Parts: sequence; structure tokens; C-alpha cells
Amino acid sequence: MKNTVKQIVEKYGNDKTRLMDILIDTQETFGFIGQEAVELLAHQLGMSQVDVNQTISFYHFFSTKPRGEYAIYLNDSAVAHMFGRQAVKEAFEKEVGIKFGEVTADGKIGLFNTACIGMNDQEPAAIINNKVFTRLTPYRVREIIKHIREGRKVEGLINESFGDGKNQLPSLRAMVSSNIRRKGMILSDDYVYGSVTRDILPKMSPEAVIAEIKHSHIRGRGGAGFPTGLKWEFCRRAKGEKHFVLCNADEGEPGTFKDRVILTEKPELVFEGMTIAGYAIGSDEGVLYLRYEYRYMKEYLEQVLAKMRAENQLGKNIGGIEGFDFDIRIQFGAGAYVCGEESALIESLEGKRGEPRDKPPFPVEKGYLNQPTIINNVETFATAVRIVQNGGEWFTQFGTEDSTGTKILSISGDCMFPGVYEVNWGFNVADMLNMVGAYDVQGVQVGGPSGTLIGPDEFHRTLGYSDLSTGGSMIIFGRQRNLLKDVVLNFMEFFIEESCGSCSTCRNMTQVMTNKLKKILNGKGVAKDLDDLKQWGKVLQASRCGLGQTAGNPIISSLKNFAPLYDALIQKDKDFDEGFDLVASVQNSCKYVGRVPNFNHH
Amino acid sequence: MSNLIKFKIDGVECMTERGKFIVEAALENGIFIPTLCNMPGVKPKGSCRICTVKINGRLMTSCTTPVADGMEIESNSAEINELRKSIVELLFVSGNHFCPACEKSGNCELQALGYYYQMMVPRYPYEFPLREVDASSPHIIKDQNRCILCKRCIKTIKDEEGKSFFAFHDRGHRLEVVLDKEMGSQMSEALAEEAMKNCPVGSILKKEKGFNQAIGSRKFDKKAIGSDVKL
Ligand SMILES: Cc1cc2nc3c(=O)[nH]c(=O)nc-3n(C[C@H](O)[C@H](O)[C@H](O)COP(=O)(O)O)c2cc1C
Ligand code: SF4
Ligand code: FES
Repeated sequence: MKNTVKQIVEKYGNDKTRLMDILIDTQETFGFIGQEAVELLAHQLGMSQVDVNQTISFYHFFSTKPRGEYAIYLNDSAVAHMFGRQAVKEAFEKEVGIKFGEVTADGKIGLFNTACIGMNDQEPAAIINNKVFTRLTPYRVREIIKHIREGRKVEGLINESFGDGKNQLPSLRAMVSSNIRRKGMILSDDYVYGSVTRDILPKMSPEAVIAEIKHSHIRGRGGAGFPTGLKWEFCRRAKGEKHFVLCNADEGEPGTFKDRVILTEKPELVFEGMTIAGYAIGSDEGVLYLRYEYRYMKEYLEQVLAKMRAENQLGKNIGGIEGFDFDIRIQFGAGAYVCGEESALIESLEGKRGEPRDKPPFPVEKGYLNQPTIINNVETFATAVRIVQNGGEWFTQFGTEDSTGTKILSISGDCMFPGVYEVNWGFNVADMLNMVGAYDVQGVQVGGPSGTLIGPDEFHRTLGYSDLSTGGSMIIFGRQRNLLKDVVLNFMEFFIEESCGSCSTCRNMTQVMTNKLKKILNGKGVAKDLDDLKQWGKVLQASRCGLGQTAGNPIISSLKNFAPLYDALIQKDKDFDEGFDLVASVQNSCKYVGRVPNFNHH
Repeated sequence: MSNLIKFKIDGVECMTERGKFIVEAALENGIFIPTLCNMPGVKPKGSCRICTVKINGRLMTSCTTPVADGMEIESNSAEINELRKSIVELLFVSGNHFCPACEKSGNCELQALGYYYQMMVPRYPYEFPLREVDASSPHIIKDQNRCILCKRCIKTIKDEEGKSFFAFHDRGHRLEVVLDKEMGSQMSEALAEEAMKNCPVGSILKKEKGFNQAIGSRKFDKKAIGSDVKL
């Protein structure tokens, strides 16, 4: 082991800031990062063991204990539950003979829950040793476990039906489907990749590129909607030894999967967009930060990068522009939604826990390795290529005045045709529901759990930065769904699980509010509980990053838009209920003191 | 002179040098803004959120935000005080803080802020979490019941090579500050003393030193927190 760990650390130049890669390699080599490995890593890197452990323990996919030769991670998103997750989970437990969270005694199979893996359009889905298995049913579960027991390799567990589009390429061979249902400027096939860097960039100055981006009025597609041109301009002006281009492909917001589809079908467009950005801000190094859930794309994306290098789309003097060098590497995360927050992403990229930074300073001044850095979403970079190709003015004809261009929506839940739809901004929700074949809709979660849950009386609203702003996640809930129990509670538990824990507010208030929600769901709620939730939720506003600031939204927005659901649950004849369960508490305390409760005496 | 900038806290004209954080600048101008995770001279990481103020309608932490020329800061307002009190209450319910039995009583900044905001009983239900006490180090006790995860020990207690004795473990609601077993067993008395001093609550205690100073004669037994801030 000693030599292997040493080799891994040396592969990354004994560099602490590459700890993520070092840990990923260690985990993939040994199946876990045990105490012995931690000691060796700490020693080799000149860190204390607790320091190494604080990074390991932050990420869901790192483990200090064995996770099984076949580690099965079953998606736990609300939509997975809507499409039969419970039956699939029970089938796994029955076939394997253990509960979720456990590993079989022979160390062969481990079962684990995991937050949304970006497959909401083909749930229930699971990741087994980095391969994605979609559309699971109890029958498939039995088959998979049988094959594992027969000793098949993970590739041998995939049945013959690969997904559509490029998922069939030899370097991907994924069961995942891209499910592209509507194409616009980004998903269309009429762009020959490389033409901007080859034909247009050599005729433009970096300032001119930024001017076109500014003129297009494009705003970031990752959710926050910051004007992209301004970001690039600020970064270009910031002084530093080096500038960096980071592409945010963490795609952790439950219900989003469009970045997965863009990276599968149009990776060249994204890399070309990063290259253009590199030219604009004066950077020679880009990093694609890709969530670990998409590890199955590693080989494929690396081949794309290699091809682009061979064609001088990356490398030195790109497009024949003297001195314009740019290259891209891929950095994987390891399971943490908060790492999609730009400064947390940078921390992670530097080998640390993904704790967001205090702002100011912003990444454009002090980002990766404290140097000026831009971070943009996958879709933003892809769009930038079309803007530079056709001009900022051309771009403004799509969408609305304050939301120009197109938006790629990830639509899932109760509808006929879940998948990816590229539409012009300004689309309204009712049209969207008609487009995807959604009938008898109770509510739509716009923008994922951190967004808002709206009901039919708001379906006239339009998608755009001034009305319903969204990173693209749209989850549809039919009449038959129990919104509070199956959706709101699931989303709150997601935030509790994914909070980095740094802020007192985010770490604790999510739990306090969820406890109260559970109290209401248990029939112990009173009218005051609803007022409390509204008041208490405000405290989250004082959190450092968007996760905490929006973590109360599932409750707050459902209280606002689905008040009758809460009213139906609360006790009308009581003003006060502590929610205290005497019987359960007595039983619990008896357990600790070793007594047998006898309720008949009282 | 060009380095001096003007700003306002709750309408009061203040002055400071460029580059200072709001908490420091406020203190210089005789204004107290409560803090828990912040330590003067140590790189801030706004995590307790108690020092939150409002600037241009936005909530910002004053330990991490540098003062800008002409900034108008809202601090001692009903809304902000209510928020800070809520945070104190949240910290109380999320741990097990039994002040009368705590070695740090009277020197504890959380307790002092409880008094400062006149917290009678927290509005949130107590969570009574199950937490561990690590007494494996020869010189200190790390009591997780009382830890408020301020990171002060993580940032300040290091060996000669800069390795940290303490670190976070896990995330979210399960987050803990843990002591490195190996390094903890070799911690010097002086560093143990320092760790106890830097902990704002009673989560890090120097063994056999908990009651060196009589209760009743301690820092906040005499004077409320922030009361010594003067121009
Ligand atoms: C908790 C949290 C998670 C986020 N996750 C993502 C993500 O997965 N992808 C993304 O592009 N932006 C994400 N963001 C937004 C980023 O912080 C940032 O605004 C964005 O990457 C900037 O790129 P854009 O301007 O192109 O949208 C997240 C923000 C927060 C607060
Ligand atoms: S708001 Fe939550 S996720 Fe964001 S920094 Fe604070 S604790 Fe971490
Ligand atoms: S003192 Fe500023 S956030 Fe803790």
C-alpha cells in the first residue's frame, strides 16, 4: 500500500491542492480510504490526519470504510420515489440481504442512498461502480444482483439497450438517454464546432469578444443570472499572475440534467466556449469541474479533449493566433451539492472541503489559487460560442428584453415526455405543460428545491429573470402526489444533508424547520406552527451562500402557494401542542437505563 | 489622509482606515457589534453569522466585509437584533449547553450573548442531541455537547510546521470539530491553555483547570459583554 499511495501523491506532484484527485485515485484503487491510507497521505503531504479526514468526510463518495466490491448508490430524489423507488429499494434489500447503508459480510455488495444523480428523466436510477443504471425495476434488480453473484464485471451488468445519441459511442456505452425533445441554437446540429476559434477569433481582439458578449445581454445559465459579459470584463481587468476559466458542471440541483445532455451531445461546444473565454480574459488554463455522478463520461470527454488538441482547437497558438495557448483539464468532485456554489467549487478544486467563501472578494478578483477566475455554467459557455459566431445583436432577437436567448430546460416528473427542451426565454408554464404532455397538474417545482413550488393559478407566469428565474429544473407533480410528505420533506432533507455546515443558520435552521414540518405531518401541528415556520425561515437569509439562503424555500413557498394542504393537517381544536410523544420517550429512556416500560400502571 | 474613509453605523458618523473590516472599524469608533467566530488578527470566516448587519438592504457579516467609503450600515436595529437573538437561541437548542454545570460559565461568550439579548428561553425546541466527550488527550477535554463550530481552534492551534490539531469532520447537521488523536496526545500544556482560551464556549477545557477562577468573579459575571467598548 505504501508504494501505491506514494505513487498516487507523486503523480500529482506532492501538491496538497490536488487532494481531490489524490483521494479519488486512492478510493478507486482500494475501494475506500482506510486509516492506513490516511496516515500515509498525511505524512506524504505534510498534513495532520484530521486535516486529511476533514476533506474525506465532507464528500459523500469518499469513505474510510469499505463500500463493497460493487457499491450501489440508489438515487433518492423525489422523482425517483414517484417512479417506483420504494419497490426497487426493497428488491435490492431482499436480493442482497442487507439494508441500505450496509455492506455484505463477504464485502461484495454495498447499498447506499445518494442525492439526485441527474437522471430525473429516467428514474429510478442507480450508480454501480461509476456506471449509471437507469429505469430500474425489481426485475432488473434481481437480474443485476444475480449477475454480480455470478462474478460478472460491472460492464457485464448492463443489458444490451444503451441510451440514445452519443451514449452509444464505444467510449461511453451508457444506458443513459439524452432525451432531447426540442432543439434551439445550442442543441442544433447546424454548427460545425471549431469554426469560431478557427475563422472568427483570429479577427477579433479579446475586448471585442467581451463587447459582443455584453451586447448579447446573456446572463449566467447556472441559476444566479449574473451578466456574463460583465463577469468576463471584471476578470480581464483584474490583476494576477495567471487567470483561470472554470466550467461549472456540478449540476447538483435536484431535477437538473441538461448539463449532462450538453456534455454528452455537444462537449466540443462547451470546450470551445471555454477557449473563447480564455482568449477574452487572457487565460491559458481551464478546468471542467464535473460532478462525480458523471464519472461514466470521463473516458469519453478525455477523448474529445485529445481530439481537440490534435486539431489545434486546444494547445498552443490556437486558430493560428500567435501566443494564444489554452488547455483544459477535468476535475471531478466527489458528491457535494454545495460544490456547485462557485466559491465552494474553487475550494474543492484546491483540495479542500467545499465550504463557500465569504464575499467580497469575488472570484473574478481572487478565485482559484487566489488568482482572477471566471466560473460559468456549461450552458453559458456553449451559448457564448453562438454569440461570438453570430454577434450579440443577433442573439437579442431570441427570448425577451430582459432574458435574451434560449434556455435548456430539464423537465421531469408527471408528464408524458420528460427530457431536455431548448426554448426561448419568455415561455409560460401553461405552454410548457402542454408541450410536455402534463395533465391534471397539481404543482410545478420551478428551479429545483431552491426555487419555488407553484400551483395552477400561477401557470400563466413566464420563464425569465424578471419573473420565474430558473437554472432549468422543472419538476411536475400530478394531482395524485402528496406534496408535503413526498416532495417538501424530501427537499428539506436534501438541504440538511447537503449543507456544508459552516453557518449556524443553515446548519441548524433547516433541521428546526424540518422537525416542525414532521410534527405537522404527524398530525400534531397547530395554527401557530405555520406562523412559526414563516417567521423562523427568515433567519436563513443571514446565511453565507445561496444554499442556506434558499434552504427554507420548499416550506416557505408551499406555505404560500399550497396553504390548504397545511390547513388540512393542523389540529383545529388546539392552540398548543408540544408534539411530545410520551410513550416513545418513556420507551427510549427505558432503553438506556435498562428498564421495561409498563404503561398500564398509570 | 487619503487612507481615511468615512462611513456610518446606525446613522452615527464614523471614520477608519481603508481596508479594515466593519467589526474592527466599529470598535475603533466605540460601537459594539457582537461576534463569536471572529478573533482579532485571525483571517475571518463568517460562520456564526452573529455579526450580521444590513448594508444597502443586504445582510452581510461585519467580520468579513471591509468598510467602504460612504458605507451606511444598519446594526443596532430591531430587525437585526431579533436576528442575532435568534442565532443565539439556535446555537443553544442545537447543542447541550447547561450553563450552571459548565466550567466556562462566566467566561463563555455564548452565555454572555444570551444575557445580552435577554434570552429567557429559546423559541425553538431543544434538540438534545447525543454528543461525545473526547478526553483522550492528556491535557484537554473536547466536549462536543458545547461546541458551536466557530473554527477558532482550527485556525489558531497549530504545531511548528503549521499542521492543525483540530479540524472539521463530516458536514451539515453532523458537523463536528475533532482533535487529531496523534497530535492531541503530544499537545503541550501551553498550547492546551491557548486552545481553552480561544474557545468561546466550554467545548475545549484544560484538564484540572476548569475552576481555577471562582465563578462569580469571571469576565462576564462582572460586566455585560460589549460594555467595555468605548470611544
Ligand atoms: C448551493 C448552490 C449550488 C449551485 N450549483 C450550481 C451548479 O451545479 N451549476 C452551476 O452552473 N451553477 C451552480 N450554482 C451557481 C454558481 O454559484 C454560479 O453562480 C454559476 O456557476 C455561475 O455561472 P453562470 O453565471 O454561467 O450561471 C450554485 C449555487 C449555489 C448557491
Ligand atoms: S449557507 Fe449553508 S451551505 Fe452555504 S456556507 Fe453557509 S452552511 Fe455552508
Ligand atoms: S463573528 Fe462574524 S460571522 Fe461569526
